[in-house]
Amino acid sequence: MSGVRVLVGTRKGAFVLSSDGRREHWDVSGPHFAGWEIYHVKGSPAEPDRLFASQSNGWFGQVIQRSDDGGATWEPVGNKFSYEGEPGTHQWYDGTPHPWEFARVWHLEPSLDDPDTVYAGVEDAGLFRSADGGQSWQELSALRCHPSAPSWQPGAGGMCLHTIILDPRAPGRMFAAISAAGAFRSDDAGETWRPVNRGLRSEGIPDADAEVGHCVHRLAMHPARPDVLYMQKHWDVMRSDDSGESWHEISGNLPTDFGFPIDVHAHDPDTVYVVPIKSDSEHFPPDGKLRVYRSRTGGDDWEALTRGLPQENCYVNVLRDAMAVDSLDSCGVYFGTTGGQVYASADAGDTWEPIVRDLPAVLSVEVQTLP
Amino acid sequence: MIRVVLPAHLRALARVNGEVELDVAGQVTQRSVLDALEGRYPVLRGTIRDYGNGRRRAFVRFFACERDLSHEQPDAPLPEAVATGAEPYLIVGAMAGG
Repeated sequence: MSGVRVLVGTRKGAFVLSSDGRREHWDVSGPHFAGWEIYHVKGSPAEPDRLFASQSNGWFGQVIQRSDDGGATWEPVGNKFSYEGEPGTHQWYDGTPHPWEFARVWHLEPSLDDPDTVYAGVEDAGLFRSADGGQSWQELSALRCHPSAPSWQPGAGGMCLHTIILDPRAPGRMFAAISAAGAFRSDDAGETWRPVNRGLRSEGIPDADAEVGHCVHRLAMHPARPDVLYMQKHWDVMRSDDSGESWHEISGNLPTDFGFPIDVHAHDPDTVYVVPIKSDSEHFPPDGKLRVYRSRTGGDDWEALTRGLPQENCYVNVLRDAMAVDSLDSCGVYFGTTGGQVYASADAGDTWEPIVRDLPAVLSVEVQTLP
Repeated sequence: MIRVVLPAHLRALARVNGEVELDVAGQVTQRSVLDALEGRYPVLRGTIRDYGNGRRRAFVRFFACERDLSHEQPDAPLPEAVATGAEPYLIVGAMAGG
């Protein structure tokens, strides 16, 4: 029988939650790497028992861990992330130049077809690639060397490259998103990049519709329709129908269009999920009610999903990498909160249950659907 | 024999219990001890000293013989008691929250 493995990164370790295809009973293993911040854990689509984890803390820096048995055992691999050449400067929060400094790996994106190849999005914003299972890392420096890079500035969480999407239909096409620079696309496997932010408007930057400078929180794509991208921006939920060439707003009837994660139903490219958050200074759900919003129309028309979620006195946040879907027949949707809950829905969001309630603050959630 | 005490997180990472004992060739300095430590446990590379500039990470401190050696020159000789193994060399995570 098929099964599901949920990979959870938290402020104080990683957890692996496993269930059979019914998704009713869960085994919880962890904490792995107890006491460390685990920004992200993700499995290889080509070899699902191969997992990569980003482990870091302020004292001892960055470690990358790899498992080849689905998370039962782990081995540290390479942790040397050196920017190519003289990295130069970006803007600091006050607009002054600030040297590019490596802080941590926010996101690991394994290749779709090669278990030894994995990409890492880092803070300060840069993209690295390993072709040897994480043992060594080389920067794809064209992104950081884009002419606009000296004008990039950090979002509140740091100047992070947090989203990497590999296009399954167009080899070499990939998307990256940076807070607060925006979305970028490469059509040649990272050799060259260009901003793809036309249609975005952001208050708080001198030119509201500038080519770069937008605080993109998350991008999502359905693999069967890769030309369509969804975006949760600092404010505004956006959609592109032409691989990022242009964007239009699809916030529609959302109670607030601020938020962090966005994801797409595994079997319906028009069904999209977001978690509205009150504002950029009040990082919690409006009215103390934790509601996932689902659109079945590719945006604009949204319905609140509340069954099984706390509808009073709930003031958690859901971070940008903390939502994922499985690909079982009835699509499962999962998200983790800064309050340490991981909620799961085995019916595409109609009803929810917590898998775990009391983990450290959840930074990331990924899901593997196992044969 | 040089005795090195690692903080708990780095003991877990290096998979060691208790003190680490190292043979250090030549003069016993902070640099030679840390080089020997990283040679024995490559997983510790980058966790104590920055990869880019080789300097002590900001939240790591070095103590020995009841002294803070964090700001000593890396090639200065360590105290004789550390060189003889009478006293351990302590690698400490700064006492900051978390």
